[in-house]
Amino acid sequence: MSKKIPRSDYEKTVSFHFKRWLSGTDDTFAGKVEMKPQTVKRKNNAEIMEREIAKKDLRERVYDLANNRELKWVGKLYNCFAVFFCLVLAVMLLFAVSNLPSFGEASNPVNNEVSARYIEKGMEETGAVNIVTGMILDYRAFDTLGESHVLFIATCAVLLLLRVDPKKKKEEEEAANDRVLEPKNDVILQTVARFLVPPVIIFGIYVILGGHLGPGGGFSGGAIIGAGLILYLNAFGFKKTEKFFTAKTYKIMSVAALGTYALCKSYSFYTGANDIHSIIPLGTPGNILSSGLILILNICVGIVVAGTMYTFYCMFRKGDY
Amino acid sequence: MNVVFTDVLLFFLLVCAIAASFSKKLLNSILIFMSFSLIMSIIWIILESPDLAITEAAVGAGVTTVLFFVTLKKIREIVSTDEEGDAKDEQKDPQK
Repeated sequence: MSKKIPRSDYEKTVSFHFKRWLSGTDDTFAGKVEMKPQTVKRKNNAEIMEREIAKKDLRERVYDLANNRELKWVGKLYNCFAVFFCLVLAVMLLFAVSNLPSFGEASNPVNNEVSARYIEKGMEETGAVNIVTGMILDYRAFDTLGESHVLFIATCAVLLLLRVDPKKKKEEEEAANDRVLEPKNDVILQTVARFLVPPVIIFGIYVILGGHLGPGGGFSGGAIIGAGLILYLNAFGFKKTEKFFTAKTYKIMSVAALGTYALCKSYSFYTGANDIHSIIPLGTPGNILSSGLILILNICVGIVVAGTMYTFYCMFRKGDY
Repeated sequence: MNVVFTDVLLFFLLVCAIAASFSKKLLNSILIFMSFSLIMSIIWIILESPDLAITEAAVGAGVTTVLFFVTLKKIREIVSTDEEGDAKDEQKDPQK
């Protein structure tokens, strides 16, 4: 334990100021700039009414389609331009498509040495039996990192849009809102879920862990696990899922997974760019503990995707976890 | 045999795509869209890309459909039987 310092000393430290600045309570201009508190401008009711009526009147006069000839013309012109632009865009795109090389021809630019190298040396270099996984998680792992971040950002956007403010929640509870309605205790659904959820989640884990051996991988496995969690939530309600999955769990899970992914990939980029031999053994292709970092990356992607799917559902359903 | 099967599946795919956009009820649209994803995942298997097939089945037919259902419930397009009376009243009174 560190030594406890008195409050007045603590308030002088940098960390205290930083903390206050982070939380937004620290006013950097306090005591430095001359300021005057703003007075609230008051309007009487009659003034507001008058303004509303004037606004309405103006709108009616502007959008009076029967008498306003200019507006009619502008509307027609607008429609013509919309059709014209659509046609131009369609023609341009069709022209571009007609210039594409024909499908499946041997001299197409896609048939270059890159795909040949992936097919010939893919297993040797990445250690993954499944070439697709070797490609997306080894040769092009940077793209997959971006994809995982896109998912995380999408969740953040959904959080911003759909999250219910806990302070306002109580007011809304009074209004008949389906946010607060727990799923009904349906016997059929619960029995089916009891038998179906464990196999679904185990299958998801299998798809993630076997991503480098057969079809599957982090994204599909994570989606399967997410679907299993959603089914469980639908059958048993939020009270049971909140025991093991809350907003905090999701944050910790995704940040840890994305951080691990970024660390692993930066290591392999560093060694690759500087021609240092990577110390991670590739193992025998076909074993579950093989193909270097691909297994770890698969697990990371799976965790992020499963959490994202579940969070989407929670946000849509309740606006909270 | 396989060619015929693929042709039938592609035909179903077209039918689903057109029906989903022209169906009057949103709920039916979602169900048709779900079958579209399911057919698409079978086509992925025939095209020898099982990775995509698994993803399509899990995301397209599973999670997306559920999210659509929840959204429909949010905007009161689906109503359970005991709420139906209230919802009809609401529709009659657009001012509300």
